[in-house]
Amino acid sequence: MTTKQPTPTTATKPKLAVFKFASCDGCQLSLLDAEDELLAVAGIVDIAYFLEATSRIKDGPYDITLVEGSITTPHDEQRIQEVRRKSKYLITIGACATAGGIQALRNWADIEDFTQAVYASPQYISTLATSTAIADHVAVDFELRGCPINQFQLIEVLKSLLAGRKPRTKTHSVCMDCKQRGNVCITVATGEPCLGPITQSGCGAICPTYNRGCYGCFGPATQTHAQSLTDHLVREGAAPAQLVQLLRNFNSAAAPFLEQSNRIQDAMNQEGDNRV
Amino acid sequence: MNPETTETECVFFPKIELQSLITLLVGDGYHVVGPTIDQAAIVYDKITSVDQLPRGWTDQQEAAKYRLERRDDDALFGFVVGPHSWKKYLFPPLTTVASAQKTESGWQMQTPEPDTTKYAFLGVRACELAAIAIQDRVFTGGPYVDPVYKARRSNAFIIAVNCAQSASTCFCTSMNTGPKCSSGFDLALTELEDGFEVESGSDIGAAVLGRLTTQSLTAEHSTMAAAARQQAVDQQTKQLNTEGIRDLLLGNLDHPRWKDVGDICLGCTNCTMVCPTCFCSSVEEVSDLANENVERQRHWDSCFNLSYSSMSHGTTRNTIASRYRQWLTHKLGSWENQFGTSGCVGCGRCITWCPVGIDLTEEVAAIRGDAAPKPPGGAA
Repeated sequence: MTTKQPTPTTATKPKLAVFKFASCDGCQLSLLDAEDELLAVAGIVDIAYFLEATSRIKDGPYDITLVEGSITTPHDEQRIQEVRRKSKYLITIGACATAGGIQALRNWADIEDFTQAVYASPQYISTLATSTAIADHVAVDFELRGCPINQFQLIEVLKSLLAGRKPRTKTHSVCMDCKQRGNVCITVATGEPCLGPITQSGCGAICPTYNRGCYGCFGPATQTHAQSLTDHLVREGAAPAQLVQLLRNFNSAAAPFLEQSNRIQDAMNQEGDNRV
Repeated sequence: MNPETTETECVFFPKIELQSLITLLVGDGYHVVGPTIDQAAIVYDKITSVDQLPRGWTDQQEAAKYRLERRDDDALFGFVVGPHSWKKYLFPPLTTVASAQKTESGWQMQTPEPDTTKYAFLGVRACELAAIAIQDRVFTGGPYVDPVYKARRSNAFIIAVNCAQSASTCFCTSMNTGPKCSSGFDLALTELEDGFEVESGSDIGAAVLGRLTTQSLTAEHSTMAAAARQQAVDQQTKQLNTEGIRDLLLGNLDHPRWKDVGDICLGCTNCTMVCPTCFCSSVEEVSDLANENVERQRHWDSCFNLSYSSMSHGTTRNTIASRYRQWLTHKLGSWENQFGTSGCVGCGRCITWCPVGIDLTEEVAAIRGDAAPKPPGGAA
């Protein structure tokens, strides 16, 4: 007689928590969107804290914590410390959590101007002057890039943690995905600027597949030379202001994109050039 | 093959007969793949009609720049090579090489049957014939024959086309691979105003040619075809001095130029993806969440990726400069030790499709110490 493998009980399954900071919820939705895999995920982990999915809450500590969003308020500065204390593995998901997100554009502006313009009673707004990545505040075990993240990469990360191995998420450039799909390089063939060569893979090269330049949702590729690309694009006639806009999207505060947009903007300021 | 002998074996068929050739091959069960316009470039895709060919179009190429332009005639093959190469059919970007399913009685291992699709490649240029010959050695020349490549390659019918022009990025004359197609084809065409000079290069090619309506080649056609081919030679401006190139590169591993080009190179892999001879791949297991269905997948990879030299002790080539040096010294140098030929056919794709315009011929010239080399990637 064979002994049947016992089904993991709630008591033995790793506890998964999903916490949200300043973000649009799109990355959490990627997990809910996983549909077929979601049931399998629910079968192998105990979903202990995931407000977007269920109001049933279990206390920590948590084995696997997914953190979405950036730190933009004094309250969240404290809260992320508490999340870290309760988490064995803390994984950031998405551009907000890994690089500050689109809201990091506030880092170049005066936050007072924004609160005055947006809110009827700005005195009730408690916010920081900056939007910063989770890793600027606490130790992060793994960063999952993207705006939004790729659900298959998220499932790969969960699988790898459960199997006790390193996640196999790709770090090559978007160009490699384009070439393997048979996409023609739009920068070379049409002159339209594209961040693909300096952007990490993850989306499967969606934008170039639909004939538009990559705008860097998955953040800078490993060991790339962003200045070489921006210098080349300027030599080929791209407007510097256009490149600043291209670099200041969802990953504007990621180091290579930040350095290049600041460098180009500084040069424009020196030349009094504000053309778009 | 003796060129003089070849010339006398040529026949002529009018332009309309090219459609007969395509139709005949489709009828024989071939997937005919040829040049066609898509995404602002001339790419290779499945075709069934001559109307899908880039009639009246040409390509202008330089470092990091490719543009389609109208010709002032109706030439069907009046361009050189684009971003695609035939390797995407012979060595597909993604292949499942094995799979395993967990069952009640244990793991069941399976090896998929190789894809035996019959491809007919229309419009293969001389440099591309050389590239296919190089990949033949890589994948089938040694004791370990690649079944995926072999199945596709052994079924392929190759219709070569002689170039009648060169791009500014072409340097096949330096690599002795073209522009004239000399071997490795079933049929070879030279396009003339009203038809094609046709040469068969194999028994199967001759048999197909025998089923078409051909005419004997007139002296005038022969002269025009030779002039068209000579025009490609005359237009070629780029050169790569290959004299002692292996020892030159491998003897200059500490040359400061590697750092210069390493500072410009993006490590983006475009050169290796468009290269018709680059063959690097990685194999990995992909499983479902329950780890009960596993596929072993082979996909194109690149020596420009940091992960490609990642081993248990860490990463061997941890800078872009070291990865560029690895690629160029292998392509033009140690490839000779490994496979007995250069790994470069002079097609110029890596120059055109480098997003920052790095030109390997300039890099070699700089290391050789030739007068006033240009900075990498055309930087001012």
